[in-house]
Amino acid sequence: MANIESAFVDLGLLDALAARDSIVHRLDPRVKVMTAALFVLCVVSFDKYVIAAMLPFALFLSLVLGLAGIPARFVLKRLVLVAPFAVLLGLFNPFFDRQILLHLGPVAVSGGWLSFLSILLRFGLTVGAMLTLIAVTGFNGVCMAMEKMGMPKIFAVQLLLLYRYIFVLADEGQRMHRARALRSFDGRGTGITTYGHLIGGLLLRTLDRAQRIHLAMLCRGFDGTIRTSRPPRLVARDVLLFALACLLLIAMRRYDCSLLLGQFLTELVP
Amino acid sequence: MHMADALLSPAVGGVMWATTAATIAFCAKKTQRDLDDRKVPLMGVLGAFIFAAQMINFTIPATGSSGHLGGGMILAILLGPYAAFLVIASVLTVQALFFADGGLLALGCNIFNLGVFPCFIAYPLIYKTIAGDGKSPKRLAFGATLAAIVSLQLGALGVVLETVASGISALPLGDFLAAMLPIHFAIGLVEGLVTTAVISFVWKARPEILAYSAVSRPLGNLSIAKVLTGLGLAAIVTGGALSWFASSFPDGLEWSMAKTSGQEELEAPHQGIHHLLAGIQEKTAFLPDYAFQSNEPQASASEASAPSWPAVDAGTTTSGLVGGGLTLFLAVAVGFMLRRRTQFR
Repeated sequence: MANIESAFVDLGLLDALAARDSIVHRLDPRVKVMTAALFVLCVVSFDKYVIAAMLPFALFLSLVLGLAGIPARFVLKRLVLVAPFAVLLGLFNPFFDRQILLHLGPVAVSGGWLSFLSILLRFGLTVGAMLTLIAVTGFNGVCMAMEKMGMPKIFAVQLLLLYRYIFVLADEGQRMHRARALRSFDGRGTGITTYGHLIGGLLLRTLDRAQRIHLAMLCRGFDGTIRTSRPPRLVARDVLLFALACLLLIAMRRYDCSLLLGQFLTELVP
Repeated sequence: MHMADALLSPAVGGVMWATTAATIAFCAKKTQRDLDDRKVPLMGVLGAFIFAAQMINFTIPATGSSGHLGGGMILAILLGPYAAFLVIASVLTVQALFFADGGLLALGCNIFNLGVFPCFIAYPLIYKTIAGDGKSPKRLAFGATLAAIVSLQLGALGVVLETVASGISALPLGDFLAAMLPIHFAIGLVEGLVTTAVISFVWKARPEILAYSAVSRPLGNLSIAKVLTGLGLAAIVTGGALSWFASSFPDGLEWSMAKTSGQEELEAPHQGIHHLLAGIQEKTAFLPDYAFQSNEPQASASEASAPSWPAVDAGTTTSGLVGGGLTLFLAVAVGFMLRRRTQFR
């Protein structure tokens, strides 16, 4: 979470992207959530040495991004930010799995390198799918879809309230951080004692805020039951596009399209 | 210590998802039942507080590195286990969706690792036992620190087991454990100290807050047993369902499950389905994948239907390379073309 500060900066950008209008944006949120879930499931169910067969999924992602008009730069930038964990763990594979599985001309490639590449690709695809989902649906849309699909209501409300107040409190956290940084010289006052007091103070203010919010909710007629807005009904277009996406994803999972394409081409050019 | 989708197999991810979903449903029910309606905004704002607190960090003496609050223990102490679990789950969901920490499938694992252990093991069994009603500062400090260490150790153990059981990473169990546990011991110690510092500050400034949270939420022992039973049931059910799904996509998943030792308890209940599907698999002849692990030369045996690179001969390798390269090129090209189009509009 070291990148949290920079991540907050473009949280607003995400909302702006989600507010755009395109054929992908207009789809029902449920369709998008289900498609993203199927996409991730298909990608992670590949064998650990598979690389080529996964590439059509990148094509799918690129198609969705393109149709929705989401700049690829946005997804790629975040991918790089969060890459370290997967890359670090994946890097061990070449050391532990040295069995030679592939010969590319004179170069012998071990299973470890193949699975490392595979991990990188999986990482890119799964994280890319999630970022795409949120960029074309928006957080409220995702929450609504999940609630409609059986997520407990109180959890949906929790997510919505959390999202509402992240911006407020993150600002506050950032201000405190800056204020302390401006007053501490030679790293004095950045120790755990001051930190405890700072966070404690922030916590107390947060609790007070919760109380004020509660009072404000009561003033507006909050009676303990929580009402969330309902997504509109599914229309034929949603169902049709969902079926199409499912068919496409399962076909890409079932058949190695890259291999088929390659075979076709290599046979064309003998 | 967030898991990533890239390192998970669908079976492990799915089982953890189901387990976590069941726990969320259970906690939601619990919270809703004894919901004092003040708690609705409180939970939401405390979740946001965790984000805000993570924007401030502190220097750890003598190491030159810095740390920040994780927050699981503080939430458990302030809200009680059920509501705290929901808050942790919501925080992790937002992190997954917006900061791409973890992933959609890994979300189940992450919530389990970072939520279940602090809320349902460390808090009731360690913190509550040692700190009691929190009136003695020393016991409070000791209890919070120990609870944070234990919950992070268990969380790290969870990450290791889930990764190894998935079989995507080639890291051996022992080495992985030896790397993760000491690091997370240190992180847990720091987390414990921070939790203590914050809680004791609140205790000095506004003792009524902690007193309120200590009294108003007694923890039934019975319900923990219920949670555990629910978890077990959910694991068995999804294990069965997913093995069906996995077998209809035959390659990859099964031997990675069978290879690892940690998952026997999943295999046992649906032996029947496995046998049945193994028979179907044999008929549909998708099996060559199984041969990967052996060292025997096998080019002749598997050229017919190998869906992936390793088991194929030179000809298919070239096709794979050409096709893969072209697909990648297409992916980029489609992206650019559509982008160009939207810009023109």
